[in-house]
Amino acid sequence: MTINIIEDTTMNDFILLFRRDSVSRENQPSPEQMQSSIKPWQDWIGSIAAQNKLVSSGNRLHNEGKVVKSPTMVTNGPYVEIKESISGYIIVRTKDFDEAAELAKGCPILQDPWNGNVEVRMIVPMEPAN
Amino acid sequence: MDGHELLPNLFRTEYRKIIAVLCATFGIDHVEIAEDIVADTFLSATELWGTKGLPENPTAWLYTVAKNKTRNHLKRTSLFANTITPALRNDLPVSEEPSIDLTEERIRDSQLAMIFTVCDPRIPVEAQVALALNLLCGFGVQEVADAFLITREAAYKRLHRGKERLRSERIRIEQPEAHELDDRLPAVLTTLYLLFSEGYYSSSTNTILRKDLCGEAMRLAYLLVQNETTNLPVVNALLSLMCFHASRFDARFSANGDVVLYGDQDVGLWDMELVRMGEHFLNQASTGSNLSKYHLEAGIAYWHTHKDDTTEKWESILQLYNRLLQIEYSPVAALNRTYALAKANGYEQAIVEAEKLDLTANHLYHCLLGHLYVDIDRTMALHHFDIALSMTTSDMERQVIVQQMDAIVPTWNSPP
Repeated sequence: MTINIIEDTTMNDFILLFRRDSVSRENQPSPEQMQSSIKPWQDWIGSIAAQNKLVSSGNRLHNEGKVVKSPTMVTNGPYVEIKESISGYIIVRTKDFDEAAELAKGCPILQDPWNGNVEVRMIVPMEPAN
Repeated sequence: MDGHELLPNLFRTEYRKIIAVLCATFGIDHVEIAEDIVADTFLSATELWGTKGLPENPTAWLYTVAKNKTRNHLKRTSLFANTITPALRNDLPVSEEPSIDLTEERIRDSQLAMIFTVCDPRIPVEAQVALALNLLCGFGVQEVADAFLITREAAYKRLHRGKERLRSERIRIEQPEAHELDDRLPAVLTTLYLLFSEGYYSSSTNTILRKDLCGEAMRLAYLLVQNETTNLPVVNALLSLMCFHASRFDARFSANGDVVLYGDQDVGLWDMELVRMGEHFLNQASTGSNLSKYHLEAGIAYWHTHKDDTTEKWESILQLYNRLLQIEYSPVAALNRTYALAKANGYEQAIVEAEKLDLTANHLYHCLLGHLYVDIDRTMALHHFDIALSMTTSDMERQVIVQQMDAIVPTWNSPP
C-alpha cells in the first residue's frame, strides 16, 4: 500500500467504505463477473489518483471474519446483525464532504453485480506532535 | 580515425575513467587535483601527438602519463606525506608508492562507487545531475551549461557548490553494501532518470548533445546492471524504459528538425535493436515482488513500441497509468492517462475526465483537451489550442500546436 503525501492544510481525508451484501447466496458475483469488474474499479481509482485526490488505494477485505462481542463471545462472520458488510476501502483527500461524495458516485460498488453502497466518513486528523 | 577525431573521442571515454580511479584512490577531498591531473594529461597528448604523431596504444599512453603525473604531483606536495600516505598504508601495507591501478576491473568499480558518491542524498538533486555529467560522463562546464540551457557561470557555480558539498559532507567513494541499497539506490535511479529525460525532452535543438545525454544515462544504468549487487529488477526496469524511449529518438524529428508526433512517425526509423534490448531488460526486471514506477513506465513504453492501435495496447497502457498514478502522482502522468483513456474508453468519457483534472494552468492540459475535442467540437478544440499556444514558451511545442491547428482548419494561416 502506498501513501501519497498531498500537502494542503485546507483539505481533509475521507475514508470511502464499500459495503455490500456478502451473505445472501443469490447476491454473490460469479467468477466471470469478478473478472470483468477489475477494469471499472481500476479506472475509478485511477481517475481519483489522476485528480491527485487519492491518499491510499486501501485494501479489499475478505468475506470471512470474526466479531468479538465480549472477551467470552466471538462469532463468525464480519457482520453483526445485518447482512451488509464492509468489503474494502480507499482514502481520498478533498476539500469537503460533498467533493468526497462526488468521487464516491463513480464507485463500481453501486453497480451490478455488487449493488452495494459507499459510506463516506471524515478521518479525524491526528493532533500534531509537539 | 585520425588524431583530430581520436582525441575528443578518447577524452569522452577515458577522462571519466581516470577521474573515477584517481578520486577513488585519493578520496573526494582531492577531486580538483584529480581533475587537474587528467586535464594536464590530455593537454600533453594534444601537444605531443600533434608534433610526434600518435602513440601505438593511445589509451595506454594516457594511463601511463596520468600515473606519472599523479606520482610527480604527490612527490611535489606535502599532501602525500601528510594525508594520503597514512590513508594508503592501511590499504597497501607493502608499498610506499600509491598504486594507480587503471585496470578494467578497477575502472568499473571506481565508476560504480562514484555514481553512488555523486548521487548521495545529501547533495541537492540538481547538483547531482550536473556532477554526474561532469565527473561520470566527462562533460566540461560549457557542455553542462548547454545541457541544462543555463549560462556557463551558472553551470560552473552549480558544479562548484556540488563539489564543495561532496567535501564538506565527507562523502566517501565506495560502493554501498547490498543491505544499504534500499536507501541509496532510489537517489541514483532518480538522477539517471533525470539525466535521460534531460536529453530526451530537452528543448535544446542540439540533437547530438541530447543524444549524448541519453546515451550517458544508459551507459551508467548499464554499469549498474553489470554489477552483481546492483543488478536488481528495478535497475533493469529503468534501463528497459530508456531503451524503449531511445528506440524512437531518430523518428521524433524530421530532416529539417521539426517535431514528428508519435502517431505520424516513420516506424522504419525506430531502432528495433534498442526495442529488443528493452524487452530483454524488461524480462530481467520481471522478477521479485516489487513493482516500481520504473516497471510501470517501462511497461507503458513497451506498448508504445507497438505501432498499431489495438484495444489491447491502449487498455494495457491505461491500466499501467492507473497503477502508476497510485504510486506517484504527476500532472504529466495524469494527462497521459487521460489520453490513454480516450483511446481505450472513448473520447467523450476522456473529456469528462480531463475536465476534472484541475490543471488549467498547464499548457499541456489545453493541448490534450484540444486534441480530444478535434472530432467532437472544432470550436472547443481551437479554443484550447489557442490557450495552449498563449501559454507555451517553447518554440518546439508552439510548432506542434500549430501543426494540430492547421490540421483542423487548413486555411489557418489566413484567419479572418
